[in-house]
Amino acid sequence: MSTENTAVRQAPRGERIADWADGRLGIYGLAKANMRKIFPDHWSFMLGEVALYSFIIVILTGVYLTLFFHPAMNEVVYHGSYVPLQGVRMSEAYASTLDISFDVRGGLLIRQIHHWGALIFIAAMFVHMMRVFFTGAFRKPREVNWLFGFLLLVLGMFTGFTGYSLPDDLLSGTGVRFMEGAILSVPIVGTYLSFFLFGGEFPGTDFVPRFFSVHVLLLPGLMVGLLVAHLILVFYHKHTQFPGPGKTNKNVVGMPLLPVYMAKAGGFFFLVFGLIAVIAGIASINPIWALGPYRPDQVSTGAQPDWYMGFSEGLIRLMPGWEINFAGHTLALGVFIPLMIFPLVLAAIAVYPFIESWVTGDKSEHHILDRPRNAPTRTAFGVAWLSVYFILLVGGGNDIWATHFHLSINAITWFGRIGFFVVPVLTFIVTKRICMGLQRRDRDKVLHGRETGIIKRLPHGEFIEVHEPLSREKLHTLTQHHQYEPHEIGPEVDENGVRRKIKRSEKVRALFSRGYYGKENQISKPTAQEYEEITSGHGHH
Amino acid sequence: MSETGSPNDVSEEHLPSERASAEHGAVAAPAGDPFADPGLPPHQHRVQDIDERAAKRSERTVALLFTLSMLATVAFIAAYVAIPVDKSVYIFPIGHISGLNFALGVTLGVALFCIGAGAVHWARTLMSDVETADDRHPIAATPEVKAKVMADFKQGAAESGFGRRKLIRNTMFGALALVPLSGVVLLRDLGPLPETKLRHTLWRKGKLLVNMNTHEPLRPEDVVVGSLTFASPEGLEEDSHDFQKEIAKAALMIVRIQPDNIKDKRTLDWSHEGIVAYSKICTHVGCPVSLYEQQTHHVLCPCHQSTFDLADGARVIFGPAGHALPQLRIGVNKDGYLEALGDFDEPVGPSFWERG
Amino acid sequence: MKKLSARRRHPLAALVVLLFALAVTGGLYAAFAPADKAQAQDSAQSLAIEEGKKLYAVGCASCHGTGGQGTSDGPSLVGVGSAAVDFQVGTGRMPAQQPGAQVPKKPKVYTQTEIDQLAAYVASLGAGPITPKKEQYDPAGADIANGGELFRTNCAQCHNFTGKGGALTGGKYAPELDDVEPKHIYEAMQTGPQQMPSFPDSTMPEEDKRDIIAYLHTVNSKDSESPGGFELGGLGPVSEGLFGWVFGLGVMIAAAIWVAAHTAKAKKS
Repeated sequence: MSTENTAVRQAPRGERIADWADGRLGIYGLAKANMRKIFPDHWSFMLGEVALYSFIIVILTGVYLTLFFHPAMNEVVYHGSYVPLQGVRMSEAYASTLDISFDVRGGLLIRQIHHWGALIFIAAMFVHMMRVFFTGAFRKPREVNWLFGFLLLVLGMFTGFTGYSLPDDLLSGTGVRFMEGAILSVPIVGTYLSFFLFGGEFPGTDFVPRFFSVHVLLLPGLMVGLLVAHLILVFYHKHTQFPGPGKTNKNVVGMPLLPVYMAKAGGFFFLVFGLIAVIAGIASINPIWALGPYRPDQVSTGAQPDWYMGFSEGLIRLMPGWEINFAGHTLALGVFIPLMIFPLVLAAIAVYPFIESWVTGDKSEHHILDRPRNAPTRTAFGVAWLSVYFILLVGGGNDIWATHFHLSINAITWFGRIGFFVVPVLTFIVTKRICMGLQRRDRDKVLHGRETGIIKRLPHGEFIEVHEPLSREKLHTLTQHHQYEPHEIGPEVDENGVRRKIKRSEKVRALFSRGYYGKENQISKPTAQEYEEITSGHGHH
Repeated sequence: MSETGSPNDVSEEHLPSERASAEHGAVAAPAGDPFADPGLPPHQHRVQDIDERAAKRSERTVALLFTLSMLATVAFIAAYVAIPVDKSVYIFPIGHISGLNFALGVTLGVALFCIGAGAVHWARTLMSDVETADDRHPIAATPEVKAKVMADFKQGAAESGFGRRKLIRNTMFGALALVPLSGVVLLRDLGPLPETKLRHTLWRKGKLLVNMNTHEPLRPEDVVVGSLTFASPEGLEEDSHDFQKEIAKAALMIVRIQPDNIKDKRTLDWSHEGIVAYSKICTHVGCPVSLYEQQTHHVLCPCHQSTFDLADGARVIFGPAGHALPQLRIGVNKDGYLEALGDFDEPVGPSFWERG
Repeated sequence: MKKLSARRRHPLAALVVLLFALAVTGGLYAAFAPADKAQAQDSAQSLAIEEGKKLYAVGCASCHGTGGQGTSDGPSLVGVGSAAVDFQVGTGRMPAQQPGAQVPKKPKVYTQTEIDQLAAYVASLGAGPITPKKEQYDPAGADIANGGELFRTNCAQCHNFTGKGGALTGGKYAPELDDVEPKHIYEAMQTGPQQMPSFPDSTMPEEDKRDIIAYLHTVNSKDSESPGGFELGGLGPVSEGLFGWVFGLGVMIAAAIWVAAHTAKAKKS
């Protein structure tokens, strides 16, 4: 039976190892499906990669930091090498962060890579999400992956917040104090939640070790799980692609994983890591030694959270100070309302795909991306959402805006209070107009060709601009998109005179659908017939 | 202006001959449809594909980048060993910075970046750049597969007796619903109950107001109009073990206002000759408010800009705080020192449900 | 020219033109903006108070009244002391240029001799804080760590952790403290200029003020160290976030564009 022993040819070493692994793991099957898998090439498809790689970098550097960081809040007197703090009382967490920064060689670099990496990680997730949103990549079959990505963003924000709080410096402590105040505002259970979280009264000596396990174990664990699921789904669904010649809903055009993407994506990891390392080498981030250790009776102006929490800071700064006292209880609406709007702002963008699919009623798969102009209502909604987000960021940094643009902080706050309601409406209308204008321009380009900028004088003296017909590739790209018809409810009374009940939800859906796809809300794309009529007539003019 | 130049610019990439040669990815479109998919454009060669010298150049560039990376790693190790951790250097235009951090960051960055740049340059110039199309397959299963799964499930469910033996089902749900409770119960000892802890501070009748700069008790004559002083209750030392917890409630802000300028009668009554003592802890979410404008008597919170008028019972005049800063009644003891005449008569700091 | 006109319809042309226009506007502005170099003159020595009185009558009386009693345009100067004059005039805040939420610091108009004369005159109107001597404010040998503690308790709430300044209500602000002279810091604490409360010696003794000055000198002067690299204004997470987005994410996207871009094709011959 043992034919292996008598094999004429000894397979190369690498192949033998692969055989060994295949016999136990079945790797050939996996490789067959994936080794030459095609990925489309576009820079915006790499935003998610930036997020992925900075996440890996943050995990690597975070593990290093745990080797030196002491998540403890017992008070010590500092005797390390940073002179302006020698002899100052501080928590051990703060002291060990100073040691990482000043006494561990390279510790400062790793700390700064970790923090810059975290900022870039969340920023990259954010723009990646915006790319997916504005191109409609969240449509069937990718809604679940959209949710996974959204959860990663939210978890990333909280992981960032807990990490930012660990050094127990004066700035982060102020942030934790805010968090305590926010929890206290929760009706009925708020006081209890706060006492349980902090192990008693604020600040206590428990929150750093508790935040530490949340920051290094619980949240990153969840994130790794979600991330793996996110990536598996990307592989499984295959990547979306922009419209263009040869690209259909049934194929994916690009270059194979081995070797091109192996090299490009692998190389891109090193590019991202290298760039973050250089940034950490030249730009200071969270210089905790300048902030001092946390004391609940000290504070500095310009107390802000990291940027990803900035919009929540804006909510809380813009809110008027409403408070209700009744029957021996206090409802601090000035804190509690922003605390409730905070998840709603995030949820607004998270649930959008489901609203859109309900409006369109479309059950088919979409693998060709939308050009944002071809979905004016979606694009306008996204821009309006971004404008709210930006207003809140401005509100969250109102003091910095005030000092650097010589404005009144009260005026900025009032701008934010009004802008929160007005600006999204305006940006929605303007964006939608712009999208329709661009649709009209596309239509003109298809029918009349491209303006060349060449002015021609005709024999009788008239000046005309020469229009050049578009290439077939271009014509296809500009006209390939699907345009929905507005959803019709249909007659309430059928031909036999029987009334049917029209559900309220159906009426709402029809209303939305008109808003999305009614005559005034999208420009119908040119038909082949229109094109033939114009081009066969007098050519281009 | 340049009629001869422009046409070259605009139409080079879609000459009719090129379009005709589209070889792959062709799509069956109705003949004559002007918008039909023309299929993938033909592959165009890069310089490196047709010119071996250019390819060699690319190869050398890639190798150079990888070599640079090796050198940078060596430099990283050298910097780690050679540069003292506390060495400060001046680097234009950054300023006085840690030499080690700068050297390590830049060398590590170069070492990593060059690997990446080399790999990407390799992929871009030397690996095949022929675009190909892969077919997609529908995500949803075929009806046959679905039917088989449903049948399997039904069979499994029936074999388990899950639907038939209701007693088993209901008790199992009961058990599963109850068992997480033990986990919830275990969280009880995360902290003590609030009781009335948030209602009291260290201030008592007769406690002296200790200046936080000098750690000496304050006398009325120390506090001049327009000045700002912070005080803690007598007996609370920085090295005492609950200093943080107590100062978080007891921190005091002391200013002196000309009695004529005090608008609120209670504020004046609770002051000592215009010396007013307010809680330093913001009633919004607990930041130490203390941006005192001595001409307007307004105090601003640096965190969320709640503004209080200290001459008028510290009432809120702007921002998200819901109520005034609590005032501490003060007087002077027989030795001439400022003392508290009791605890705050309301809880300090952020509002909470039981505050009332 | 041919080349230029062929490219003017390039998608990036508008951007290039815009950048060019911005650069030109900025350059012109810089070239023509008024240079505010106050010309100071030497003045002959004379009796300080007498000279000060003359200077006062010319430069200050219109707002503060002929005898320093104050008018609707400026507060009374009786009892503000020489330290207040030395601070206000020495940092260029006085004479004020225009009404506004706050009088900003600017290049000073008077020489130190003239300032001393003005201060002597104002001090003669009523007793007040006296201009400090060098040994009072000289930071050499002071306790920097204690200064840091005091700074965070008394100053940081308005002036930021390391004295980068911050906002107050209605357009007022706490100025940044970069390279402010030790004497002026001392005088500001002593006298409480504008909205700033005072920190008199009775509540903040001389040594405490010196500690604070020493701390500020360590963390916020030309020679201050920023071990981590670019300080980014020392403003905390707002400027860090901005840098992270614009520069951090910006270079990532630039790298991504390079990675994904098509390699230059060989020219058709």
